[in-house]
Amino acid sequence: MIPSRYRIGRRVEETVDTVTFALTPVDRPLPEPAPGQFHMLYAFGVGEVPISVSGRLSHTVHEHTLRAVGAVTKALHAALAGTILGVRGPFGRGWMPPPPGSDLIIVAGGIGLAPLRPVIQHAVASRGRYGRVTVVIGARSPADLLYVREYPRWEASGIAVRSTVDAAGTNWQGNVGVVTTLLPGLVDDPAATVAMLCGPEVMMRFAARALMDQGAPPGAVQVSLERNMRCGIGECGHCQLGPLLVCRDGPVTGYDLAQPLLSVKEL
Amino acid sequence: MTSVRELLGDYPFLDELPQPWLDRLADLGHRVSYPTGLRLFNEGDHAEHFWLINSGSVGLDLHVPGRGHVLIDTIHSGSVLGWSWLFPPYRWHFGAVAARQVHAIQFSGVKVMALCREDPSGGMDLMRRFMGVVVDRLQATRIRLLDLYGYQS
Repeated sequence: MIPSRYRIGRRVEETVDTVTFALTPVDRPLPEPAPGQFHMLYAFGVGEVPISVSGRLSHTVHEHTLRAVGAVTKALHAALAGTILGVRGPFGRGWMPPPPGSDLIIVAGGIGLAPLRPVIQHAVASRGRYGRVTVVIGARSPADLLYVREYPRWEASGIAVRSTVDAAGTNWQGNVGVVTTLLPGLVDDPAATVAMLCGPEVMMRFAARALMDQGAPPGAVQVSLERNMRCGIGECGHCQLGPLLVCRDGPVTGYDLAQPLLSVKEL
Repeated sequence: MTSVRELLGDYPFLDELPQPWLDRLADLGHRVSYPTGLRLFNEGDHAEHFWLINSGSVGLDLHVPGRGHVLIDTIHSGSVLGWSWLFPPYRWHFGAVAARQVHAIQFSGVKVMALCREDPSGGMDLMRRFMGVVVDRLQATRIRLLDLYGYQS
């Protein structure tokens, strides 16, 4: 439960309110996180928040992408390179590795692309390991899309990248509309399809339904849940979702498990 | 070159439409192409046609004072563009511009409506299909009203 000290290294302003920074260990490094796991980042004197790992630069240097929303994330967003943070983790269960040969469908909304970026980076590096790989990204506006500079590299590896926004000016060459409008026809072989979804819960519900309508089994649709994670080790109970403690049993789980829980009001 | 009749058989919108109706629609439709950036129609213009998009995509837009044209939706290949020809006052509520080069089949709304009146049973079938398109876009619009990617309050 005692944070390790990490120093902010490279820092990239993704959008007006979202930043990606690399963290380098000052103390003994924490265990290497798996894609989909999260760290508790501590802005000293302000507080601690759960932030997904959004990239890997080496065994010990990892990236996090966060949006300035509350007091702690605003403090982290404002922190400059060289700032020391406290880090605990990695926590939770990450994305379940897809079997070789699978078709991957990755659906992200807003900041939800951050925990999926390590999966995409893995798919780029191991492109021959999978069949068709499609990344579908939704955002509020073109200016809110994350990692845009990386899309050409993803596409060059043979990954289909489709983005859509809620509204845009006429200089926008991409799509406008909800992410579900880009999902028809993506499930080619339901038995060989693995889908990974992260974003607003409503978006994940509609996207999961759209994929299941095409035959994808609920268990093959993985979702990353977001709840009020505090301790990270399943002790405090703040992140309880029915029988799950999301910090320990999630944040990634199969939609077969999540679906009945997400449909319960106020759960 | 693939005939209009053959192309119609590939549209999910017309899936399982009786063959005689596909034949009649094929007689009324003709191929059109629009290069990227070409405007198909403007908000407020008389709405006379609809299109089945074969390839490319069409952006629907609206002119907002101070912001210029704002894109509000994308119509993808395989989809239907245009339903304002169905209802008074028969004017487009939005503008449409080819976002990526469009190949489509264009139909005269007046002629298709006349066909529906000649054969009300088939016309009902076609109207239900248009209703499905309207409902799908309404549901998508409702989801966007939630501003899902905005801040949670």
